Amino acid sequence: MKTDELIALLATDAKKPATPFPVMRRLGPAALAGAIIALAALFVWLGIRDMGEAVASSSYWMKTLYTAALAVSGFLIAERLSRPGANATRGAFALVAVVAIMLGIGITQLLSTPPEAMRDALLGSTWDRCPWRIVALAIPGLALSLLAMRRLAPTRPTLAGAGAGLFVGGIAATVYGLHCAETSAAFTLIWYTGGVALSTALGAIAGWRVLRW
Amino acid sequence: MLRGLAGDAAAHAELLSRMSVYLRRYFARKLGSSDADVEDLVQETLLAIHLKRETWDRAQPFTSWAYAIAHYKLIDQFRRRRVRRTEPLEAAESLFHSDDGDASARLDVDRLLGELPERQRQILSDVKLGGLSSAEAAAKSGMSESAVKVSVHRSLKALIRRVRDEN
Repeated sequence: MKTDELIALLATDAKKPATPFPVMRRLGPAALAGAIIALAALFVWLGIRDMGEAVASSSYWMKTLYTAALAVSGFLIAERLSRPGANATRGAFALVAVVAIMLGIGITQLLSTPPEAMRDALLGSTWDRCPWRIVALAIPGLALSLLAMRRLAPTRPTLAGAGAGLFVGGIAATVYGLHCAETSAAFTLIWYTGGVALSTALGAIAGWRVLRW
Repeated sequence: MLRGLAGDAAAHAELLSRMSVYLRRYFARKLGSSDADVEDLVQETLLAIHLKRETWDRAQPFTSWAYAIAHYKLIDQFRRRRVRRTEPLEAAESLFHSDDGDASARLDVDRLLGELPERQRQILSDVKLGGLSSAEAAAKSGMSESAVKVSVHRSLKALIRRVRDEN
């Protein structure tokens, strides 16, 4: 087949106009479906905490805002890296800023914590389960998001996968916040961030393998 | 590109054929101009530019987008070559093929065309290679004009899918 013929063939296929927001349109539904699966799994598997108490506490909102902000920076990164030649500096800055703010809050809180309460502030009572549960909740969304991204054009598959992992990890952590009743900022900083980081790493590994087109 | 995205086929063809010149030069520089894979890479990149055209952000320079795709396809090619080199069985097998080795990776569209149902193939070659308009092809095959357009579109989809599977 000659290249000219290929071009002629492709041109006939170009008749319908391209639609706007290609990434949002693919990644959005995948992440939404992932979130719904995570929510259903949480409900069946771990149960939801007393939400009346949760919404009245500032610690719940702090956690939720933090994990949602992680998800947003993950989306910004994945959105850019699904497009050839685009760079994800905005998303990376957002990520650094979000973690830095949380670090500030966590350290400030620890400084005013008496030594005998330190262990509780750092480890809570669920530190050894929290990150793993977040990763488990993130996996369905990660699989769906990577499938969606294959239909886009990530030219840096490992980084793009990491962005997707951060995005769905943030969502999963937000969902997990509906169950977890830990209140300390340091706990959130260490263990929630740890869970999201694991999800990001998983995304990077999977992206490297899977994001080929 | 903007007009191509809006559905202007002529502008799209113009863009792709201009790109093919740049791409050929780019791959020839990277691989050496006599390398048999240059034209394959040009075609694969054009195909990717076409299939992934939605991912170009209008706020971004078009050339850096297209260059990133070309670069990706080049790396992909290196990876495939390396895979091939480390699989002796496959290499030995290729000795027995009459053509030049990695026939499976070629954009052998004539053969692909042969796999389409007779009617679709006829219409596709009338419209694309014979230069008939959809209306003329419709009159010839006794189908409605929109059915011809649908058929051409489906055939292209099927071809593109096969090409992808083979890669």
